[in-house]
Amino acid sequence: MKKQRLLTVLAPLLMISGLLTACGGDDGPFITVYNAQHQELLEEMAPIFEKETGIEVKLRNGKDFELANQLVAEGKSSPADVFLTENSPAMSLVESKGLFEPLDEKTLALIPEQYRPASGAWTGFAARSTVLMYNKEQIAEKDLPTSILDLADPKWKGKVSFSPTGADFQAIVSAVLELKGEAATKKWLKGLAANGEVYDGNNIVMQSVNDGETATGIAYHYYWFRDQGESGENSDQTALHFFGNQDPGAFLSISGAGVLKSSKKQKDAQAFVKFLADEAGQQALADSYALEYPLNPDVQLDDSVKAFTELEPPRVDVSALNGPTVIELMQDAGLL
Amino acid sequence: MTSTTLTSPRSTRRVRDRAPVALVLIGIVVAVFALIPLIHVVIYASTVDPDVIREQLFRPRIGMLLRNTLGLMVTCVAASIALSVACAWLVVRTNLPLAGLWHVLLTAPLAVPAFVNGFGWVSLTHSVEGFAGASMIVTLSYFPFVYLPVCAALHGLDPVHDEMAASVGLGRTATFFRVVLPQLRPAILGGSLLVALHMFSEFGALKTLRFPTFTTAIYDQFNSTFNGPAAHLSSALLVLLCLAVLTLELALRGRRRYARTSSGTPRAARRIDLGAWRWPATLAPLVVVALALGVPIYSLVHWMLVGSSTGDGLAELLPTAATTMAYAALGALLSVVLALPVGLLVVRHASLTSTLVERSTYTANALPGIVVALALITVTINYAVDLYQSAVVLMAAYLILFLSRAVVSVRASLEQAPPVLENVAKSLGLSGLATTWRVTVPIVLPGIGAGAALVFIAICTELTATLLLAPLETQTLATEFWSHSSGLSYGAAAPYALVMIAISMPAVFLLSRTSRAARPLAKEKP
Repeated sequence: MKKQRLLTVLAPLLMISGLLTACGGDDGPFITVYNAQHQELLEEMAPIFEKETGIEVKLRNGKDFELANQLVAEGKSSPADVFLTENSPAMSLVESKGLFEPLDEKTLALIPEQYRPASGAWTGFAARSTVLMYNKEQIAEKDLPTSILDLADPKWKGKVSFSPTGADFQAIVSAVLELKGEAATKKWLKGLAANGEVYDGNNIVMQSVNDGETATGIAYHYYWFRDQGESGENSDQTALHFFGNQDPGAFLSISGAGVLKSSKKQKDAQAFVKFLADEAGQQALADSYALEYPLNPDVQLDDSVKAFTELEPPRVDVSALNGPTVIELMQDAGLL
Repeated sequence: MTSTTLTSPRSTRRVRDRAPVALVLIGIVVAVFALIPLIHVVIYASTVDPDVIREQLFRPRIGMLLRNTLGLMVTCVAASIALSVACAWLVVRTNLPLAGLWHVLLTAPLAVPAFVNGFGWVSLTHSVEGFAGASMIVTLSYFPFVYLPVCAALHGLDPVHDEMAASVGLGRTATFFRVVLPQLRPAILGGSLLVALHMFSEFGALKTLRFPTFTTAIYDQFNSTFNGPAAHLSSALLVLLCLAVLTLELALRGRRRYARTSSGTPRAARRIDLGAWRWPATLAPLVVVALALGVPIYSLVHWMLVGSSTGDGLAELLPTAATTMAYAALGALLSVVLALPVGLLVVRHASLTSTLVERSTYTANALPGIVVALALITVTINYAVDLYQSAVVLMAAYLILFLSRAVVSVRASLEQAPPVLENVAKSLGLSGLATTWRVTVPIVLPGIGAGAALVFIAICTELTATLLLAPLETQTLATEFWSHSSGLSYGAAAPYALVMIAISMPAVFLLSRTSRAARPLAKEKP
């Protein structure tokens, strides 16, 4: 009995000491990347950089604003060397706190200027196009809206879904705000809130359109192409509608990369961002499962995805995409 | 002659002797540690401009969130109580077939994290979205918090009360409501408190089920603005709700004690013969188990079989499971070490201070993981930068988040150990240490085991704080499940969830043992 009691107390201790023999440390050079881009994408791209330079890339994964929040909370003591996002507003937030080190001129020269802020604090390295997914059974191509703003019309009630809580949709709202002004954006959000089904995540939006729960859904292009590339089980009943025509609904959202001022590994961090923008890195992006558009003019996606040159996106100044006002408007509309 | 008490006889009244100073100090240190997130929220919320506060708090959406949060809490607590009392009574007090098996299966839903449960249901049918579905799924995930202590309490009841009630002419139903139920009150209250607190901080399941509450709103706010005042104000409201619930529970608990402190052994109650209803009665636990375990596990297996991404990243599975278990085991151990002084204070040295210390350890349980994580980020960056993103801080977050589970269990077991036993041991010449080891430890060990098991399960499935605080490149089963499932790679995600459930199973088994339900039919003891 006594022995048993002793064992009960000691067993967990023994188990833990056995388990806590952590994996051996590494001694090579490495950089820490706060990564809000898709984890799988970086797991495809980083090894190529590691092979090229011998610098290991360690990821901390999260969502755009979660990690941006974290960087701001960390301030000068941040362990991060590089920050990557899916959309640019979170980059602007970190830039507004003065946490970025300007990028090398050589890196900036690789990406056309409309895909990076004039400040040079960070650069775009991938782009995603806004699309309207629609259920082929429920809606005919000729009945699709010509502008994303039409979706606020009462005739779309119950026929549109979107994911307002993610950084993706907020980037789209910031583009509408930039292009159409506050009053129009307010009206659009009110209408959308009255008409729309709210889901958490673009994947879920796509599934709901595919299941016929809603006739259309606002999302980015690559969700659909990726699912088609996998098995199609979440997208076979749907098709994509590109608004084009410089409509806010053809907005291109830019994934950003920047080097933290607090980084003690400036040279390696700058090298990694340069790799993301140069031909090798952009080719790796194009060849990956991601199907997001490379921004380096020397690299193209294969033709299974609608060509970059045919998207006709509106011209938006990336550093003008505003966070706080967007949140305010979305709160007023009751979406947040 | 047995004597148990429904009132409070002198012999069992809490010993009101002064607590040793060291114990009080340790208790206060634990309390302050547990209060870090709350203090952070209060400090931040107090710096917000009053106009902003008005603007943020008097929005229609806040009213809706309040209605949703309270409605869900009341429904889940009520449903958990009804479900648990009915099932526990069947398993413990009747000749239900396969009682032992049902008991383990009714404990097992604790091993299925609510977000996995929600994911499992939604991927099969969208009809569970909204209030009704969310109430059902959250209840199914958390009802064992009530079921387990109720089982334990039913075991401890002395049949003499039932016999007395029968002798004054009460029928069986009346006896249940007027004699049995009142004695279950402390067990029901303690469990309900945990259900309510978990409901407040539940995020993953409710997000999946599209039912917005304060916690999902807080995440949305953190995901859209920086550290916005809105997020902290919502957290402050959540804190107020949590304090209200803690006070309510305290008031309902009252000052009565129900521990046996008797000479003589309690006789095991004679089990009620269900007669022709024996087999039909198994439908009750069967339905609960099918909904709480069957559906999510079926769903995971289904995705593993049909998902196109199955097999991706499986090489990571074993090391990830090992890391997760290491954190969970160490956290379980540390949490009961912290819970013991708190339990001793509140059970042995009742005072306002000990009550405050004990209640403090519950507060973080009601806060969303992201709030706890950001509070710790702020504290470590400012005061202990070398510890930042080390395993130490992640462990601290786990302890803060789940201390309540350990305190509830340890407290309950200490209440079963009246100091009189220790005094007797000492009077018989045992030294203090020997008394502790030979008298106190055996009595409280089940409670410690249960607390450790509950914390172990919680750490296995924690997601938010782990994403923000984990050391670089540390992955747990929950973070891997999250990264696969958010990319729609359900096939790749499913094995992580199944392993999560599997490694929680020993803890489940331990829990079901500590409430000692699976006994053979009672025979009169010699």
